Amino acid sequence: MPRLVLAPSFALAFVFIYGLIAWNGVLSFSASRILPNYEFVGWAQYATLFASERWSVALKNLAIFSSLFIGLGLGLGLLLAILLDQKIRVEGTLRTIYLYPMALSFIVTGTAWKWILNPGLGLEHLVQSWGWTSFSFDWLVNPDRAIYTVVIAGVWQSAGFVMALFLAGLRGIDDSIIKAAQIDGASLPRIYWRVIIPSLRPVFFSTLLVLAHISIKSFDLVMALTAGGPGFATDVPATFMYAMSFSRGQIGLGAASATVMLATVAAIVVPYLYSELRTRK
Amino acid sequence: MFRPVDVHHKVPDTIHHTNPETLMNTTHPTIRLLRTAAAAAALLGASIVVNAGEVEVLHYWTSGGEAKAAAALKATLQAKGHSWKDFAVAGGGGDSAMTVLKSRVVSGNAPAAAQIKGPSIQEWGAEGVLANLDDVAKANNWDALLPKVVSDVMKYKGNYVAVPVNVHRVNWLWANPEALKKANTKMPTSWDEFFVTAEALKKAGIIPVAHGGQNWQDFTTFESVALGVGGAEFYKKALVQLDPASLKGATMQKVLTTFKHVKDYTDKNAAGRDWNLATAMVIKGEAGMQLMGDWAKGEFIAAGKVPGKDFLCAAAPGTANAFTFNVDSFAMFKLKNTTNVQAQKDMAAAIMAPEFQETFNLNKGSIPVRLNMDMGKFDDCAKLSAKDFVSTAKSNTLVPSIAHGMAVSSAAEGAIKDVVSQFWNTDTMTAEQAMDRLVAAAKTK
Repeated sequence: MPRLVLAPSFALAFVFIYGLIAWNGVLSFSASRILPNYEFVGWAQYATLFASERWSVALKNLAIFSSLFIGLGLGLGLLLAILLDQKIRVEGTLRTIYLYPMALSFIVTGTAWKWILNPGLGLEHLVQSWGWTSFSFDWLVNPDRAIYTVVIAGVWQSAGFVMALFLAGLRGIDDSIIKAAQIDGASLPRIYWRVIIPSLRPVFFSTLLVLAHISIKSFDLVMALTAGGPGFATDVPATFMYAMSFSRGQIGLGAASATVMLATVAAIVVPYLYSELRTRK
Repeated sequence: MFRPVDVHHKVPDTIHHTNPETLMNTTHPTIRLLRTAAAAAALLGASIVVNAGEVEVLHYWTSGGEAKAAAALKATLQAKGHSWKDFAVAGGGGDSAMTVLKSRVVSGNAPAAAQIKGPSIQEWGAEGVLANLDDVAKANNWDALLPKVVSDVMKYKGNYVAVPVNVHRVNWLWANPEALKKANTKMPTSWDEFFVTAEALKKAGIIPVAHGGQNWQDFTTFESVALGVGGAEFYKKALVQLDPASLKGATMQKVLTTFKHVKDYTDKNAAGRDWNLATAMVIKGEAGMQLMGDWAKGEFIAAGKVPGKDFLCAAAPGTANAFTFNVDSFAMFKLKNTTNVQAQKDMAAAIMAPEFQETFNLNKGSIPVRLNMDMGKFDDCAKLSAKDFVSTAKSNTLVPSIAHGMAVSSAAEGAIKDVVSQFWNTDTMTAEQAMDRLVAAAKTK
């Protein structure tokens, strides 16, 4: 009976997710330009893709953005969670304040940070008007640094969410383990490092998956903050795929880039998933 | 309004009639009255508008002057008794609009008309989704009213599939005369003079060039520099025919160096700025000059400025005898619903009619594409544009704008735009590297 109830949604998911992924794969081997066509061209689209400089920049940006976003997000979120866990007075208020950025859409975050980081309107202008006239923070308009501004906006948005997840995890740890460690004479940092953080492994795993999927998906943040950056300096595979498929009439190339994105994600997530679930058993 | 009767509602109820026959026979007096009224209205409606169709129009004219111009077309169509379903998608270059259009066409539900221009018309024609407008064209004598360079773009395999609306000139230079006076300098006519003027403006504390750091704006500036430094023949060889030798030659190197030099006179906040915000800077006097097509004039006019007095227009430096055209047009799609086909043809005919050409172009800042129109109501900048349009067509210096999708396919245009924009933004890139990349980009299919 349960299988019968789940069958329709399973069927729909199968068709619309995996079926369309397969169609995208077919398109990546075709000569589709402005509209889909099914003329088979083998690996030509992939060859063009990897010869494209813009794609190399996009991949590099994805690597930089993902690693910094996930790393800083986890680190900052964990730190905030540990600090909030110290039984402080205004914990409820602070927790809400840190979690608020998650309520904004990435478009709003991107636009607001675009204004804040704009050299003539935002932070640089403000600090210079306070008197420190040699201050400069023009990362947003600098092709080499612009991707880091995307990291800043992304981490600002997600750190609170990571904090909430870790806080829940910390609250779930048995007090008796900690007391036992304290009786054994361990110092507080050591307790954290050796006892508490390792027991948060499941939370790390789920947070990592959430952050990884947000970072691969980060199309709207990049579009709102830099629109691909000065030139195409902050292009990411998602914006590349959008531009090629829809603006440039190169659907075959866009499909190839989407397939490569999928392969990259699968290459990382599938082994991790497998190892985590295996050790669980 | 009537509440829908739920025939599946099986709950026996003493309030409603349980016997369906009694429900049918005792029609409530109000329902009877409403039924007769509805019938009368339908008859009345049918007798007034015999062939009323609906035209769904996809466009991206959403800024001040543009929106007024689009409203003129809507009014013309409504005067004929048809209804206009507006489908405006914001985004100056039309990127988002084209994306939406593709999804609509793939799903089999194309709009009646879409604002498509340049080689894209032929690309869409090749997909077999455009409607044939030859009957409207013959009836209204379009071949005689359009320059051949323009009418060729409107045709696919010899048949009209699109109707042109206007002619924009891209190689304009706009300036604020007060800013120029304050800096004690004048409108430049060559690129050397341009940099002299820019220096003077910079010294006077005014931003010399208002620029928006979006890749199509970088590209617009680039093509004006290419036309001014290289001339019309070079422009045609390098940017229309994409000849690799011209893309790598000494002239291109000079073009690239001049182009990069312009950047020194733009302000740091240019990144991501929209074109009309850059024009606003010139209107307000914060900046001295802007290199932009004549849709910028629509912004000046909408702000109540008078040409010649509050703002100056001149051909971009070095391009006084050349004309980079950008012709907006509506491509008509094959429709499933035949009642709308007549409305679509009426719209095509209305667009080429003199009244619409005059009203639309007065509001948009462009000039009529219909030849031999009376330019009496147009301002001096438009009159100059119209005069140059005819003279450059004769002297073969009328060139299509590559930055605005008139010259090459969207794939090649996009790739070249990427290279130009990257060169503008990356200080470490040399002109040689840029030229190599231009040659590679020009090969994009």
